[in-house]
Amino acid sequence: MVGKKKTKKVAKPARKSKRAAHARAEKNSHNLVLVSTRKGAWLFHGNAARTNWRADGPHFLGQIVNHMVLDPRDGKTLLVAASTGHLGPTIFRSTDLGRSWKEVTRPPAFRKVGDGEKGRTVKRSFWLAPAHANEPGVWYAGTSPQGLFRSEDGGQNWDAFSGLNDDPQYRAWMGSEQDGTPDGPMLHSIIVDPRDPKHLYFAMSSGGVHETTDGGKNWAPLTDGMEVVEGFEVKNLAFHDPHCVQLCPSNPNRLYQQNHCGIYRLDRPSKTWKRIGRAMPKEIGDVGFPITVHPRDHDVAWVFPMDGTTVWPRTSIKGEPCVYGTRDGGKSWKRLAKGFPKSQAWWTVKRQAMAADCNDPVGLYFGTTSGELWMSRDEGGRWDYMARHLPEIYAVETAALK
Amino acid sequence: MQVYIPTPLRSYTNQPFVEAQGPTLGALLTDLDRCYPGIRFRMVDEQDQIRRHIRIFVNGLPSFDLAHGLQPADEVFIVQALSGG
Repeated sequence: MVGKKKTKKVAKPARKSKRAAHARAEKNSHNLVLVSTRKGAWLFHGNAARTNWRADGPHFLGQIVNHMVLDPRDGKTLLVAASTGHLGPTIFRSTDLGRSWKEVTRPPAFRKVGDGEKGRTVKRSFWLAPAHANEPGVWYAGTSPQGLFRSEDGGQNWDAFSGLNDDPQYRAWMGSEQDGTPDGPMLHSIIVDPRDPKHLYFAMSSGGVHETTDGGKNWAPLTDGMEVVEGFEVKNLAFHDPHCVQLCPSNPNRLYQQNHCGIYRLDRPSKTWKRIGRAMPKEIGDVGFPITVHPRDHDVAWVFPMDGTTVWPRTSIKGEPCVYGTRDGGKSWKRLAKGFPKSQAWWTVKRQAMAADCNDPVGLYFGTTSGELWMSRDEGGRWDYMARHLPEIYAVETAALK
Repeated sequence: MQVYIPTPLRSYTNQPFVEAQGPTLGALLTDLDRCYPGIRFRMVDEQDQIRRHIRIFVNGLPSFDLAHGLQPADEVFIVQALSGG
């Protein structure tokens, strides 16, 4: 009896202090890392110093979550693009940081075709992008197979955007289902110019990079300078495979791109991409999926190089993971691998799974297909893992909580 | 008539058996969607095809056709059909 009481006495304050620590972490919580995986979603709440993280999840355990994004305009609306092995794709919405979720009314879906016509079916919503800061409640979504959708009511109802989904020329560039990635062809990297809500970019794997300056009435390809796999015709946009495109918030005239065939930079109004990956070490090359840019310095970007030789292993090169960073717009690159395993770590980082926060110094985050979540508090100088043993990570996003 | 709901769709119905009506399978699913908004699109795509990993049995026999006629006493089982890790 006495022993039991003693245990209770010890246990109680411990629980209390744990609760108090949680409450403190919550109160001082400034950083949020949103992790989407093949089997659910997690929210990692971090203190201002980014030294303590609390895992909130799984949300949607077992569901395929391709993307989870917090609306930067209201700081509270979360949208999640989800599907399951059995069920069709949908979007869930939360306005209380994931304490409760509600399915939206009408998720993205292609036009129903008439008899004799072959219609398309959205297999998954792949990419979610909040529209311009002056367009509250407006969102864009890119799907697999490729489609572009827009919601004007905070993600509740989605409609095809701009006629692109049925445009014969764009359908030709989108190619067949065989022309896509192993997970299907996808429309991604939907980018809104912070100076102009009518100026948008998007990319397709495969199908190239495209731009509109009139809110989607007209689109034009933006692929000059981009290379394609040897043996394919560079003039055929269906063979262009941009993996990830990012616009620099500090200079909206500058875009960076990680392509199937190299790392590129584009400085508008130029329409020609420059292959800055040529400056990467020969033994590393410039193949990869994600690219992340600095929130305040347009000369700074990071990539996770992968093995694109022989049968395209898409692992870290030689099993030695490394991030490469440039601080001069791609003229030179530096290996950033302190803290990573030195051998036998065959990671793959998918195109949505690397992100930067807005702190100073910038925090970098990425998730691996083997379920590890890594972070650096000093722009890649030193890496630590935040979580291990998660399901395959598809996407990582950051947000600063107000 | 009674409709069996598989576990992936129980978040909509909160129970394994629900009542729904309709002269065809398509009408039945539309009626289900009226009671449980969103449930139909998870089973039937935008081209009105039953999704690949959903199977529907009427009185024990598989049906892939939304025009399949139904009688009030029929039993409809919706089941999940997917393997893998």
